[in-house]
Amino acid sequence: MKLKEIIERCNFRVFTPEVNFEDIDITGGYTSDLLSDVMAACEAGSIWVTIQRHLNIVAVAKLKEIPAILITRGLVPEKSTIEKAQAEGVVLLGTELNSFEATGKIYCLLKGIKGA
Amino acid sequence: MMIQDTVSETNKFRFVYLIKPRDFSNAGDASANVKAELQKHGIEPDVIRRVSIICFEAEMNIVLYTKGGKLIVEVDDQKVDILALDKGPGIEDIELVMTPGYSTAPEWALEYGFGAGMGLPNIKNNSDVFEIESEVGKGTIVHSIVYRRKNEIKGNN
Repeated sequence: MKLKEIIERCNFRVFTPEVNFEDIDITGGYTSDLLSDVMAACEAGSIWVTIQRHLNIVAVAKLKEIPAILITRGLVPEKSTIEKAQAEGVVLLGTELNSFEATGKIYCLLKGIKGA
Repeated sequence: MMIQDTVSETNKFRFVYLIKPRDFSNAGDASANVKAELQKHGIEPDVIRRVSIICFEAEMNIVLYTKGGKLIVEVDDQKVDILALDKGPGIEDIELVMTPGYSTAPEWALEYGFGAGMGLPNIKNNSDVFEIESEVGKGTIVHSIVYRRKNEIKGNN
């Protein structure tokens, strides 16, 4: 599913307007706040749902080919994180939902389950 | 940060990175550079995926827990050889630190999502050959090899 569609349907906030997400495809998702867990288990092409918002999440995303990170609970990434994400072409998103709710919504969209 | 990029022989190249302790603004850059270089040289995607994980974990370990060190990556036709060296403090009980979930991370590192006790196990799981040596007061050497050919005999994984 196109990232653009997920962003629109879930009303996610975009912290990196300079990164073009028109053609990004999302093939799955992973929810975790432990960086080594994401390194071990998150598949390339996933949207990563987390409350982490420091600089190093961008490095993890780049290495794992994670095109988009969703920061939940209304938390705002540090300025340095946004700058690094813009430079590296990683889409940083935000939502007021918590990680459980956001994951559920995205899961339903990806699986084509109605009522999300 | 990359201090050397030697093409010593044909089809063989080597990268050396200095990793500073507690330098979070650059943490991950060495691994990102390794990945970019491997891609540039047309290394197999699965090898790059595994090497990226190994380098990131090794790099973060040096940043988080040591007085600084080096990451040395050597590539030839057969394999990618990764060496992470640091200046201490060294590990007292290697078996213990290899236990998944065991961590000595301070509170602040946990809040940043580090210290899951998965770093060294992640390195081992992605390596064909994995070796770790440490001396308290001196430092630690983590050595890892990822073979580029699938039919290569697997190491102690």
